[in-house]
Amino acid sequence: MREFDYRRADDVSGAVALLGADPDARYLGGGTNLVDLMKTGVERPARIVDVRALPLDRIEPAGDGGLRIGATVTNSDLAAHPGVRDRYPALTQAVLAGASGQLRNMATVGGNLLQRTRCGYFTDVTKPCNKRAPGSGCPAVEGEHRNHAVLGASEHCVAVHPSDMGVALTAFDAVVSYETADGPGELPLADFYLPVGDTPHRETALPPGALITGVTLPPAPVAARSRYRKVRERASYAFAIGSVAGALDVSGGVVRDVRLALGAVASRPWRARAAERVLTGAPATAEYFAAAADAELAAARPLPDNGHKVTLMRNLVVSVLSELAEEAAR
Amino acid sequence: MTTATTGAATPTGVVGTAHTRVEGRDKVTGAARYAGEIPFAGLAHGWLVLSTVARGRILSVGTGPVLSMPGVLAVLHHGNAPRLTTDYVGMLGVPPDPTAAVFQDDRVPHAGWPVALVVAETPEQAREAAEALVVTYEREPHDIVFSDARPDTYPADGHLPALTEKGDMEAELAASAHVVDEEYTTPEEHHAMMEPHAATARWDGGRLDVVDSNQGTTWVADELVRMFSLDASAVRVRSEHVGGGFGSKRLRAHQVSAVMAATLLRRPVRVVLTRRQMFSLSGYRSPTTQRIRLGADPDGRLRALEHRSLNQTSTVWEFVEPSTGVARVLYDADAHRTENRVVRLDVPSPTWMRAPGEAPGSFAMEAALDELAEKCGLDPIELRLRNEPERGPVSGLEFAGRNLAACFREGARRFGWADRDPRPGVRREGRWLLGTGTAAASFPVGALPSTAAVTAEPDGTFTVRIAAADIGTGARTALTLVAADALRVPIVRVRVRIGDSDFGPAGIAGGSMGTRSWAWAVTAAAGELRERLAAGGTVPPEGITVRSDTTAALGALARKERHSYGAQFAEAAVDVTTGEVRVRRMLGVFAAGRIVNPLTARNQLVGGMTWGISMALHEEAVRDGASGGLYGGDLAGYHVASHADVPAIEADWVDDQDPDDPVGIKGIGEVGIVGAAAAVANAVWHATGVRHRCLPIRPDRVLRAGGPRV
Repeated sequence: MREFDYRRADDVSGAVALLGADPDARYLGGGTNLVDLMKTGVERPARIVDVRALPLDRIEPAGDGGLRIGATVTNSDLAAHPGVRDRYPALTQAVLAGASGQLRNMATVGGNLLQRTRCGYFTDVTKPCNKRAPGSGCPAVEGEHRNHAVLGASEHCVAVHPSDMGVALTAFDAVVSYETADGPGELPLADFYLPVGDTPHRETALPPGALITGVTLPPAPVAARSRYRKVRERASYAFAIGSVAGALDVSGGVVRDVRLALGAVASRPWRARAAERVLTGAPATAEYFAAAADAELAAARPLPDNGHKVTLMRNLVVSVLSELAEEAAR
Repeated sequence: MTTATTGAATPTGVVGTAHTRVEGRDKVTGAARYAGEIPFAGLAHGWLVLSTVARGRILSVGTGPVLSMPGVLAVLHHGNAPRLTTDYVGMLGVPPDPTAAVFQDDRVPHAGWPVALVVAETPEQAREAAEALVVTYEREPHDIVFSDARPDTYPADGHLPALTEKGDMEAELAASAHVVDEEYTTPEEHHAMMEPHAATARWDGGRLDVVDSNQGTTWVADELVRMFSLDASAVRVRSEHVGGGFGSKRLRAHQVSAVMAATLLRRPVRVVLTRRQMFSLSGYRSPTTQRIRLGADPDGRLRALEHRSLNQTSTVWEFVEPSTGVARVLYDADAHRTENRVVRLDVPSPTWMRAPGEAPGSFAMEAALDELAEKCGLDPIELRLRNEPERGPVSGLEFAGRNLAACFREGARRFGWADRDPRPGVRREGRWLLGTGTAAASFPVGALPSTAAVTAEPDGTFTVRIAAADIGTGARTALTLVAADALRVPIVRVRVRIGDSDFGPAGIAGGSMGTRSWAWAVTAAAGELRERLAAGGTVPPEGITVRSDTTAALGALARKERHSYGAQFAEAAVDVTTGEVRVRRMLGVFAAGRIVNPLTARNQLVGGMTWGISMALHEEAVRDGASGGLYGGDLAGYHVASHADVPAIEADWVDDQDPDDPVGIKGIGEVGIVGAAAAVANAVWHATGVRHRCLPIRPDRVLRAGGPRV
């Protein structure tokens, strides 16, 4: 194990100052991903700034029914929060679909957004990976890619973002707040993750040294009827093969408002705006749900061994939206 | 001195009654120490460095910079390691796997081959230095493509003959009313036991003392003696608690490299394998490709049975996964042909893994039987009952108790099989299609020569010493019960000590043979001791010890078809729109000889069945073509069933005995997994109408196959 410097920050500005401009320094939240990566040598930070004790562990009202979630709120606390459960049920479901109880007690909201892909090439330092070692190549394209991206990938990287929470947050237009030495800033989650292109190692639009301080969920009445479905080969403790966060407001058989985001299909949680456009104002029927899924998946570029994900996502979108429509009709 | 007595005989005996593990409290409180956590003064830590190429030669090992790193004591590699003896045949009749005989030359035969050991004062220093060690290679193209179409496959014997054959296969197939001719595949699977391999080696008063986690201290000690050319009396191997073995815990690179380093440094050295190292250094179950041809009369009677299996092995060691063993035991046919073949690839050496042969073989055979039942329009249980053989299909020998039919009848009754609608793809519950399936199980019964010592202590207690291994099975507890009955004393007066090669030679915890092998020896010694005590007299301060050796008794055993059996039942739910498969319930009814401790026996059987779920749906090591190594070779990438995947599982048994065993034991270690994956696969067919002949039944495979829209 490589020795590293460990510092605990007491306040946000102190944390940012402790990290400084050191590219080899990392913030430590729950450590549920970073520590694993340090054990396997994927991450070899020279300095760790522990932000766990920062006063960012609150969930507070924001705007007209929105919520501001502190960056160090644990997954468990987020999932259990009454405001989240009532107004954004798909977020609670997404969080509870991930990891295990023990991990959710440790993992934080800020860290969740910054967790790294579980691509088996990325996590194995003996193998090439453009994300981990820029320019070394992407063996997944011609190698093992059964669970890799079908949307928005490039020849340089086909890894998927592993977060469940992020899929629901993306569906609900969450905005990420951060702090830098130059002051605070905000990034809509839609702009938070960078396109893969030829720089898969650059994952987010956060400025260097920025510390995520919180995530704001704007008010979204549609989210009160929402659902998260995650498909995986075992019933628990596995990352998604595909997932859907959906919210549907139906009135008179017509879709008034809809939110749809897809997980495990791209390098980021994938907001299905094309599908949403098809659905808004359309009849809330399986036929239109399928047409919406097809509109979104028209951009899919499956690899030889992951074409099933397109089928899966189509089926999943139709299934989740149909369930929501049935619920609305009851 | 006390008066010798075994006291009042226990009225009914304790064998067959449920007892919690005698070391259970130590285990749950952490008092039980495992090999990697026993403290030693002056302990140094070794960290293995594994090759990053899949084939080639080591050109250089850059020891210089590493030796100057903090705490580093030594770097062992092929250029400076002591030479080992490897041209011997070990206790189980096989030569050593060269993967264990580390650092003997510059060849690299697979990715993850041990090329160096870095020893340092702390494990952290050793690891950091090991990761910094630069090894250069002359890389050669590797070949890891496992395929039945390759020209270089060859028949291989292993423990069983490669080929058995009788009758005219083509003629019987041509005369058959119904024929099944299909290929089935199983993937590379890993033991993934909870406790990693760990050993500490030290020289103590001229003796080599190895504290290890293994499946047989005699086995490991014997190999160390031969490999390091030592006197048999100069090696002691201890292994008190073992967190799972499943066939993987034998002599491996960690013990050998620890002995080398301890010898060089003259201080204790510990080597622990990481989870990822285990994925290339500790063996695995080879993938198999199996071809099955069945031909039957209209009434289901088998005229033709052919079972061929191919597995891969490394270029340095031949291991045969004898998948066709089930066909040689379970079903007869006028034409009967079985063949095990292997192909040598640039991959790590596979090894025994729970129910070697039977686990993958039963998947193929029992799935094929289900297909035949469908073609014959017969209930799958009825098909099997109609094909119950009178004698060993290949051997012609009589069966030493074959209660498979009883297992099916009892299982069918409890599972509600009689109400089953045979049609596939017609039961729906929400998004789930439901189905049920069944399969037969068998596993050979055996015993290995063992010695035991039983001592009557002056305080009226008894101490049993035997180099048995409790790898989580409850063997220590089972032997306590067996000894108590043989001595006719309450179990509180019996202390069983195991896991020490100094106790004398004993068989391994493997092949479902452990408890039978050891109980035989314990029974013999305890019985003689009881007789001696019954003659009267006093117990001297050093006690009275009687030793036994079962070699002669086992040699005199009549040749028979000796097996444990079982009937597996599973209910599966399948969502063909997402590819998800979940098992809803399982039942296994076994005929596995006399059950010594129902509590731990049920544990083992349920564990095997759970593994069957895992095998059916989850487990698969994926080999990366470009690197030749594994993709996701850790427990994040290699999935076993989680708690949420394991439904209500019931395991039970019918009355059964091995008439020739002094306790009536057969063996339960493996039979629980046999047939379990087939039962799940058959249930998936019954749910969806789609046959899945490749394991695991992954969501992508289900999605591609589709299913009925009902």
